[in-house]
Amino acid sequence: MTQTVDVKTLKIDGADISARADQTILEAALEHNIAIPTLCHLDGLSDVGACRLCLVEVAGTSRLFPSCVTLVEEGMQISTQSDRLQKYRRMTLELLFAERNHVCSVCVSNGACELQTLGQSHGLTHIEFPYRFPKQPVDASHERFTIDHNRCILCTRCVRVCAEIEGAHTWDVMGRGETSRVITDLDQPWGTSESCTSCGKCVQACPTGALFEKSQVGTGSKKKPGFIPFLNEMRETQS
Amino acid sequence: MTAEELDQIVETVRARRQQVPREINVCVAAGCLALHSEALKDALEKSAATAGISCRVRGAGCMGLCSAGPLVSVEPEALLYQHVKSEQADALMRSLKGEPAQNIQCSREQPFFARQVNVVLENSGKIDPEKVEEYIAADGYRALLHALTEMTPAEVIQEISSSGLRGRGGAGYPTGLKWGTVAKAGGPTKYAICNADEGDPGAFMDRSVLESDPHCVLEGMTIAAYAVGATQGFLYVRAEYPLAVKRLEKAIREARHLGFLGNQICGTTFGFDLEIRLGAGAFVCGEETALIASIEGKRGIPQPRPPYPAQSGLWDKPTLINNVETYANVAPILRRGGAWYSAMGTAKSKGTKVFALTGRVKNTGLIEVPMGMTLREIVFDIGGGMPEGRKFKAVQTGGPSGGCLPEECLDTSVDYESLKEAGSIMGSGGMIVMDETSCMVNVARYFMEFCMSESCGKCIPCRAGTAQMFDILQRITRGQAGQRDLDMLIDLCDMVSATSLCGLGQTAPNPVLSTLRYFKEEYLEHIHAKRCLAGECQMAAGAGS
Amino acid sequence: MRRHGYARDALIETLHTVQQSFGYLDKESLKFVAASLRVSLSQTYGVATFYHFFTLKPPGEHTCLVCLGTACYIKGAGALVDQAEKTLGVKCGETTPGGKASLLQARCLGSCSVAPVVVYDGELVGNEDPVHLQEHINGWMHA
Repeated sequence: MTQTVDVKTLKIDGADISARADQTILEAALEHNIAIPTLCHLDGLSDVGACRLCLVEVAGTSRLFPSCVTLVEEGMQISTQSDRLQKYRRMTLELLFAERNHVCSVCVSNGACELQTLGQSHGLTHIEFPYRFPKQPVDASHERFTIDHNRCILCTRCVRVCAEIEGAHTWDVMGRGETSRVITDLDQPWGTSESCTSCGKCVQACPTGALFEKSQVGTGSKKKPGFIPFLNEMRETQS
Repeated sequence: MTAEELDQIVETVRARRQQVPREINVCVAAGCLALHSEALKDALEKSAATAGISCRVRGAGCMGLCSAGPLVSVEPEALLYQHVKSEQADALMRSLKGEPAQNIQCSREQPFFARQVNVVLENSGKIDPEKVEEYIAADGYRALLHALTEMTPAEVIQEISSSGLRGRGGAGYPTGLKWGTVAKAGGPTKYAICNADEGDPGAFMDRSVLESDPHCVLEGMTIAAYAVGATQGFLYVRAEYPLAVKRLEKAIREARHLGFLGNQICGTTFGFDLEIRLGAGAFVCGEETALIASIEGKRGIPQPRPPYPAQSGLWDKPTLINNVETYANVAPILRRGGAWYSAMGTAKSKGTKVFALTGRVKNTGLIEVPMGMTLREIVFDIGGGMPEGRKFKAVQTGGPSGGCLPEECLDTSVDYESLKEAGSIMGSGGMIVMDETSCMVNVARYFMEFCMSESCGKCIPCRAGTAQMFDILQRITRGQAGQRDLDMLIDLCDMVSATSLCGLGQTAPNPVLSTLRYFKEEYLEHIHAKRCLAGECQMAAGAGS
Repeated sequence: MRRHGYARDALIETLHTVQQSFGYLDKESLKFVAASLRVSLSQTYGVATFYHFFTLKPPGEHTCLVCLGTACYIKGAGALVDQAEKTLGVKCGETTPGGKASLLQARCLGSCSVAPVVVYDGELVGNEDPVHLQEHINGWMHA
């Protein structure tokens, strides 16, 4: 007997939505062209619920839910754009901008950066919090790529794409809290890594200008991570 | 192991006690060990031999009044001695022959002992934690035998539910409900985990129980495993507790040897075994999903919940996670009945709670009281009140997730709901008394620094938010902050608690919020007058100019 | 590793054993453990650096560990750290240039009723004060 698809009906911002029981709120929203901001989410990779930008309100509780990992439920009444949520999103972005050294004007991703775009769409004109100006390194030892940790937001998309899609698991995170940093192998120069296949998936997965191709000059380099869900599908159809 | 075999072991212990009725127990739990109680034990053995006193000198667990350590108790006379140094071993022996030894004698009638109700701590200090037969002689493993041979798992859960026991790790989630959820979950493989990662600074209840009465935890865990259908268990113990690990390892070996762990426990078809897993210095691993990640050999990073561990936990299997103290209550509840337990405490907070009372109070140590006792009774009766010349200022409960309660809150009943309403939480049991020399802004800064350094770094509000909040608090204590900083701090408290992924970030603002609620004038003094009322903070050069 | 069947989840237990044997986690050991348990190098490094119990630097001949738990803090652990830093001339977490002594801090050792607490070479001393601490450390440095 084949399994029938379990369908749930719910409301997002007043609009009636129907979604499969195994879909997340984010998936259901995107299918219906309802935009919810995200940073750590990337189509084709597992979701971790880390950036907290996709938090939504659900009627009946004051608790907020990360829409990228929360499954839809029958009768849910979801709000994605309340004043409260918008305030928290702005504060989250401000915390990011103040955390490391994000200088758009000299960045290869200026004009094509997810963090910058979110800042603009949330009306950020200045940052309330004091800039912390941590000393973060730049590693240009790899033949083709560079990582500038000043621009990293620790979204771990590079870690996930390398582990889940390429399979090399060259990237991971060291330390914890503020001292966290993405690293290759035993925190060695990227160019000396023995596990890296130089595939460049991490560069395409990176939402900011932290990871970039040396061949790219100037600004406005757009990333192209669209291949990720495609690779997943190809893998599935071949097995 | 049958009831008759248990009786035989009890008989052996009883006979041994009859032969040499006098027992001299020396506390060899961590607190007294730090005060050289091991050497004291040797000295007492020698003194007893010299004085010709027939007795057995043995190591026992924590006797509670740690500030008076090293502690020595003598049975059957029920005498207690305090501050005993090795050089005083002879004096102690002489006092047994009738000579008074005033300066080391300690009254068992004093409120510190008289007002306690010992359930979890009923064996602590009375039995040798490294001898399973003494645990058995104190009714140990009767509950397990009864549960396995005369109760169904559902009946066990019912008994725990009727007792009203709530998770003692801090969240206070109804234990019976949690067990029921795991029991209902499908699949042949389920796990039971004991959270012994006691990371709250200032809390040592779990450590004490594991060092003084490890078997009560093992028995409770095995009963829980039976109730929920778990076949394998893990005891996640922090690496900072090597003695607790050692005692647990011994206890597990003894339990296996007697058939209380392993296949066919007590001759039934139920099998369950345990493994110890070490923590490695991460407070966040006290959070259930981070703990699971740690056991799986990964970085201790919390996961969004749902799914809850009860449905999908360790290696995606239904997993029961309970705190040491929660498990320690299980066997007593099964022995005496859920109704007995729920007769103690308040309407919503049943039973007793173990607290680690420390800080600037006369009597510091481990206590167990019925829920519903007031903070005043704990600090001033049991705790003996403030030392000479000191004035009570606040009592901190709940560790970095809790709050500081001032004098006006002293009559608050110690139960989950009342503490929450007052602006703190029950937490795992740390209770720190502060006097007028403590600056409350500095206390808030201290806890925020802790949260910042223990943050796993995954989610932005906690990672970046605690750092900003700490910076603001640091500036305030140095007299470098303005009103805008305070407003920013309050805004961040709201945002970080509402948007953080796990309990660490969600409760990190609590110490700030509670000190703002009750000690706002201290914040304002620092900000506007550049002055620390408690005299603790060093104003930065140029501040206030 | 053998005892745990070379299971990947034995990583933390294995790192504990390595540190117990060698005093710290050196790069060669990390590579060996990673290969044996078939865990990526980066993941191994990530685990080793996440947990504060592990250290990747060789410890000094002597270690002085000051507890900074709440009870100890209230009872003056701050003064102990200040004294230790002054006497040794290094900050918390560092080792003296000659490798004689390391100064470390812990977040609570669970001996709160004898606060403040210092652990000298694994031996816990309660109710400590800055004078005793200075004497003890000087004993090491001038031995």
